Parts: sequence; structure tokens; C-alpha cells
Amino acid sequence: MSRPDATAVASAIRSGALRAVDHARATLDAIDAANAGLNAYHEVFHEAALERAAAVDAMVAAGHDPGPLAGVCVAVKDNIATTLGQTTCSSRMLEGYRSPFDATVVTRLVGAGAVIVGKTNMDEFAMGSSSETCAWGVVRNPHDPTRTPGGSSGGSAAAMAAGLCDLSLGSDTGGSIRQPAAFCGIVGLKPTYGRISRWGLVAFGSSLDQIGPFASTVRDAALAYGVMAGVDAHDSTSAAVTVDDWQATPPIDPKALRIGVPSQYLRNNDPAVAEALDRALALLRAAGATIVDIDLPMTDHGISTYYVIAPAEASSNLARFDGIRYGHRADQRAGEGLEELYARSRSEGFGAEVQRRIMLGTYVLSSGYYDAYYDRALRIRRLIKQEFDTAFGQCDMILGPTAPTAAFAIGGVTDPLQMYMNDVYTVNTNIAGIAGISLPGGTDRTSGHALPVGVQLQAPAFAESRLLRVSELLERLLSA
Amino acid sequence: MAESPASLSSKDVAHVARLARLHLDEATVESYRTQLASVLSHIARLGQVETASVEPMAHPLDAVNRLDDDEPGAVLTVDQVLMNAPAREGDFIAVPKVLGGDSA
Repeated sequence: MSRPDATAVASAIRSGALRAVDHARATLDAIDAANAGLNAYHEVFHEAALERAAAVDAMVAAGHDPGPLAGVCVAVKDNIATTLGQTTCSSRMLEGYRSPFDATVVTRLVGAGAVIVGKTNMDEFAMGSSSETCAWGVVRNPHDPTRTPGGSSGGSAAAMAAGLCDLSLGSDTGGSIRQPAAFCGIVGLKPTYGRISRWGLVAFGSSLDQIGPFASTVRDAALAYGVMAGVDAHDSTSAAVTVDDWQATPPIDPKALRIGVPSQYLRNNDPAVAEALDRALALLRAAGATIVDIDLPMTDHGISTYYVIAPAEASSNLARFDGIRYGHRADQRAGEGLEELYARSRSEGFGAEVQRRIMLGTYVLSSGYYDAYYDRALRIRRLIKQEFDTAFGQCDMILGPTAPTAAFAIGGVTDPLQMYMNDVYTVNTNIAGIAGISLPGGTDRTSGHALPVGVQLQAPAFAESRLLRVSELLERLLSA
Repeated sequence: MAESPASLSSKDVAHVARLARLHLDEATVESYRTQLASVLSHIARLGQVETASVEPMAHPLDAVNRLDDDEPGAVLTVDQVLMNAPAREGDFIAVPKVLGGDSA
């Protein structure tokens, strides 16, 4: 687990002090040694990674700069399209699916010198908070293999935490980057909605989905973010808002910093989570920051709002999987029509949680229920957004826990509603479309294992540079 | 709310499954009925919020209908488009009979 961070790796490779091929080989060896126990990767690209690394070395030898991610080994969540290998969303529905194109984020990372080492396991179609709905088996937490790494981007978080890559990619629809980052003790950034192109990300909740990086340090998360962010002609919802170089922005003067703490984020947390938050607040206060008590009463309605909007969008997005153009098709039966073939293909291809969410989404959009559920949730969505707008008038950033607990046991949460409640602090970020980051905040030792807990910063839309600067400050304070 | 979700019947669940093009057996319908009723009764709390004067917000961004320039660009080849099709006949995707069959 003690690897140099991605920034250091890229710098060593660009200077010729480290060969990309040697670094890639060491990473692949680490994966081969540990992946059977963790199930973080679904596919590993041994040959392609070494070839790509050799090309990076050749550029360095020829005096060309391969880019800011020179030779950096990146793991990609399996709902992000790659021409290398398969893109399965950890679903039988897409078993064997090969993308004819690369997602924009993959093209940008590779263009900056990165080496893609593999695709990581996840909750099926990103629907889950534990990576247990993965069709290719559960993913295990490197800090305690009897526990989940969180989800849905659990494979990417576990790979990062176990030192099986330098950076990894996740997607966050309701917390799917931040919660696994917290459970695995790493940094996970969910940028503002529209900040990073979703072209090539298999759609779940299109008004909520956002791609972001996992990293071991804030500067690494910023490095990956900087390469991926910015408008993309392929994604009409990517925002045409200038991405500034965060390092060109002045460091944060803690004395001018106002950190808001919502009273609604202080209830129902496990002691270790509450302790981590208290420690972060004490350190910020000691550094000169002002801590402001704020109020976000709509927090309590976030889960309900999310579990109307996200399944509604999912039921619509996943309608494309009908077994005709791609994906699983059921065996044809004599005399059976197309409709029955669609239905059987879908029920054979999708797992239980995906079908449950499609059912929920179809229900809230169906005639007679649309106004009571979907339309009402969209109105409450605006109230949640307005509440954040008001809060950001009183403070620069909001600090709270990422999740109410440390990683829970595999198989420990069986009731769907109880599982959904895990996202209480993360869903509203997506509902409002603002930015959020989870940082390692402390340790829960009550189980006998040292389990990480996270703290979360939330920032206004498109304020990533400032968010990263504050994260860097908090990271430094927490590690001192 | 329109109706107490606790009253969700197996018939309702079967109807939604049909709308969603899912093929559920009886046991699955029953387990989804219980689980959906539990989630829906939690969601029903949204009914407590006063929303009459609030505009629905479908999307976090203000941008609408951004159009590309009308210029041809690279597109996928037929082989790329069809390479994931479960059943192919020449340059076509093979499907069960659509016209004149039982489902017509």
C-alpha cells in the first residue's frame, strides 16, 4: 500500500528516472498477487498496458513529453467505455460487450500519457452502495476483506487503496465515488455536474451522473481532474465553463475561510465518524478558519427525492437494453413475439437490484403517479438546490461526514431501504449538481480492524479549484 | 399522495412489470411488492413538503438544446455498429417475426 503518488510517478517517468514499462510491470504483478482476494478488477490488460508503457518510454527517450500522466497506471470503472477489453457494467446484460469507441475521459487520460491497466468491478449498472450487486462476485475491502469497499465504484476504490493502480476512475450518481473513497481510506472527487464529459459513461441517472477520480492524495485527484475536465462536443450536457488551473489559484488563507457545518449532518453518526468530523473541525478552527453553524433541513428529504429521480431516469435509460442491438438476448421460443423476447431478455440479463429500480422508476413515472412522485420530487429538488445556494452565502464550503458509518460487513445490509439510507450525506450533492470530495478523516477501531472513515467537503458548482485548495489544506492538517 | 403505497397489490406490480418490459414470476412479484411498498411508504414523506409555488427542476444546468454545427464527422462503420448484435444476418440485426405473428 506504500506507493509513491501519481504525481511523483509521472514526474519520475518524465525525467527518465523511472521506466514506464518497469512501473507498469510492477503494478501488474501487484494486481496478479492481490486481485483474486479482492476481486477489484474484472479484467486486466497485461499486454496492452506494457505496450502502452513502452510507447511512453519511447517518447521520453526521443525527447518528447508524454504528458502530465506519463506512465501513470489507471484503473477504469466498468461502466466507462473502453475499446480495450469489455465494458460490462458488472451485468450479465453486457457480458462480452465491446465498445466501438473510448469514453472522452479515457481518450483524455491516454492523451496525457496514462496507461490503462484494467476495468474494475462495481455494483451492477452502478446501482448500489456496497459493490455486492456485481454480477462477477462481491468486491472486498483491502482494510478488512469481510467488509464491503462501498459502492457503486467499489472495485476502483479497492484497487486504489490496495496499491493496484496510481489513479482510478469512478462515477457518482448519489455518492458512488465519495462513499467508497471513505470506506477505503482514499480521496474521491465528484466534480460539478457537467464538469467532466459523460460521453462513453453508460447512463444511469442522466441529470445526476458525473465521472471523477480516486487518488491517494488531493494533488493526484486534482491532476486527474485537470486532465479530464472541460467541455466536450460529444456531450451536450458538458459545461462550457472555463477550467482554471487550481495550482495557479492562490493557496487558501485559513483565516479567511468559512466552513459551514449543517446541524442535520451531526445526528445518527457512529462515534468514530463523529470523532473524525470533530477533529477536522478542531484543526480547521486552530488554523484560523471560522466554523459556521448552518441549517439544511431538506437533507432529510434527500434520500426520498433521490430514490424517485434516479430510478425514474434509470428506467428510461435502461429501456435501451432489449436484447436486440447489443446485450443479452434470451433464447427464442417458437411462436413468441418481440415483446416477450424483450421482457425475458431483460429479466435474464438484469440482476435483482437493477430490476427493482427499473420497477420503482417505472411506477413513479406511470400514469396516475407521475404528479404525486416524479413532479413533486423535481420541485423538492429545486428546494434542495436553493437551500445550498443560501448556505453558500453564509460559508465557502460545507464540511460533514461522507457516510454515517465505516465500511459495513459483506451481507450485513439486506433491506434495500436500509442500504439506500447509507447515501444520506451524498445524494443531495448530485441532486443540486454541486461538487463534493471525500477525504480520509479518521479510523474506526471498534471492530478490531482499523477501518477508515471519511469527511466530506461540498462546494458550489464549478468551484473545484477552491475545493481542491481547501482539501489540500485539510489533508495537510489531518496528516500532521 | 395519490394512493397509500402500502396498498400496492400484486396486480399493480405485474402491471408495472409489463410497462417496464420485465418478465417476473409470481414469487418475484410478491417480493418486489413488499420491497417497493416499503420504499414507496418512505418516499411518501415528500408529501409533507409544500411545493405548490416551486417550479420543477429537471436538471442542474440552465443550458437547453445545445446544437452542434451541421458538419459531417466520423461515424461508426456498419461492422462496428453490428459487432455486439446477438443475431446478425448480413448487414442486418436478426429478430423474431414482427409482422403477422402472435404479437402483431
